[in-house]
Amino acid sequence: MLELDAEAIYGELARRVREHIAGSSPVLVGVHTGGVWLAERLRADLDIAPEVGILDVSFYRDDYSQGGLSRGVRPSRIPFDINGAHVLLVDDVLNTGRTVRAAMNELFDYGRPARIELAVLVDRGGRELPISTSLVGRTLEVPGDVSVVLSRDDDQRLQLRLERAAGA
Amino acid sequence: MQVLTRSPQLNSDGGLHHLLSIAELPRPLIERILTTADGFIAVGTREVKSVPLLRGRSVFNLFFENSTRTRTTFEIAAKRLSADVYNLNVAASSTAKGESLLDTIDNLTAMQADIFVVRHAQGGAPYLIARHVAPHVHVVNAGDGRHAHPTQALLDLYTIRHYKGAFEPLSVAIVGDILNSRVARSDIDALRTMGVTDLRAVGPLTLLPAGLETMGVRVCTRLEEGLRDADVVIMLRLQNERMRGALLPSAAEYFRNYGLTPQALRHARPDCIVMHPGPMNRGVEIDSAVADGPHSVILPQVSFGIAVRMAVLSMVASSQQEGAQRA
Repeated sequence: MLELDAEAIYGELARRVREHIAGSSPVLVGVHTGGVWLAERLRADLDIAPEVGILDVSFYRDDYSQGGLSRGVRPSRIPFDINGAHVLLVDDVLNTGRTVRAAMNELFDYGRPARIELAVLVDRGGRELPISTSLVGRTLEVPGDVSVVLSRDDDQRLQLRLERAAGA
Repeated sequence: MQVLTRSPQLNSDGGLHHLLSIAELPRPLIERILTTADGFIAVGTREVKSVPLLRGRSVFNLFFENSTRTRTTFEIAAKRLSADVYNLNVAASSTAKGESLLDTIDNLTAMQADIFVVRHAQGGAPYLIARHVAPHVHVVNAGDGRHAHPTQALLDLYTIRHYKGAFEPLSVAIVGDILNSRVARSDIDALRTMGVTDLRAVGPLTLLPAGLETMGVRVCTRLEEGLRDADVVIMLRLQNERMRGALLPSAAEYFRNYGLTPQALRHARPDCIVMHPGPMNRGVEIDSAVADGPHSVILPQVSFGIAVRMAVLSMVASSQQEGAQRA
């Protein structure tokens, strides 16, 4: 098990996002659960006014037939109008790209956004869909049997761990 | 002979494969259904009220007993999951020509049916169907005889949880024709599983089954006593047939003694909620002033019912039994 300096990586992400969005006012939408934590941090650090939107992509995943619904389905909540919005979608780890695909499909069921951009804490490669972003905290090369897990400690500080899958 | 050690409703991972009765469901699984329904309530508030989960799946509503309300709710739920929905018109179907229930099922399975939603006058019919279908096909009981109505119990649980939170401290009164009510049976099973200890069955002796006390239910033949300090009041529909069977003198007499009026409701807690599975007989079991009053959550029950049925359909549809392979 390996730990990374999540706060430092977040700092790099926030710096890139601030530079990139200078002058524009996007709305933030976080993908449950890690993406929501990050979106809330970005909202505070970048002084973005509207409340953070929350997406649970369980109903849009492409692996439903294989594994069914996840145990922890949570309600999605978008407290603003998506029509014509400039959306900054936020997730913790970008891997195959399937979660982002599901998130975009779900967003389009709320309305027609003007544009969607993506910000992720960690890009670990392994893309299976044509999805990419330059708004990344850190790019990592991680073996397939290793998970990158974001958590928060009691003081709300971000923590990143690399965990080898059981039995690997 | 194979001995069943687990409920036929559950797959080998403990997931929901069919929904036949709420009595055999473990509490954590019920809680999962309610949590999943939370997600679908959120979908219902959007402009696009559907999700692609059951795209390409076929849901067949087999209603051998008439019910526009329940059938419509299942149809809405399935369509909001993007499934293809087929309503089997039983009267005009080959059942009227003498085709057996299982032959009907076999024919529909050959037409690629994935889920059967079944309402039948015979208790146990959904179990028979569930034993008979291929491993990839799922059965949801929409009410069988006087036995069970599990999705009604689930939406009643969801409603109570929405307004009251925790189940354990609640006093719940079920009022009406409990003897003939599959809703009452399922509600009692569900509330006991969720930890309710103060559960009252209220009605005239002729409409109360024997043995309720052994199920942990207090029997009250006086409405005021049954309602005293209740947090939740579940009203059951009085079916007209009961009057003809001489179990009751008349609808007016029933209303006088067991009708839920504002006066009677004063015996319950000031923040109590009033529920009814519908359709209501105004002036028989419930006064309009209560049905339309501030305690009534009868209309919200309907929207909760859609979300709960979406949760059930999506959970069974993804369940896999050993040997399952979609045709």
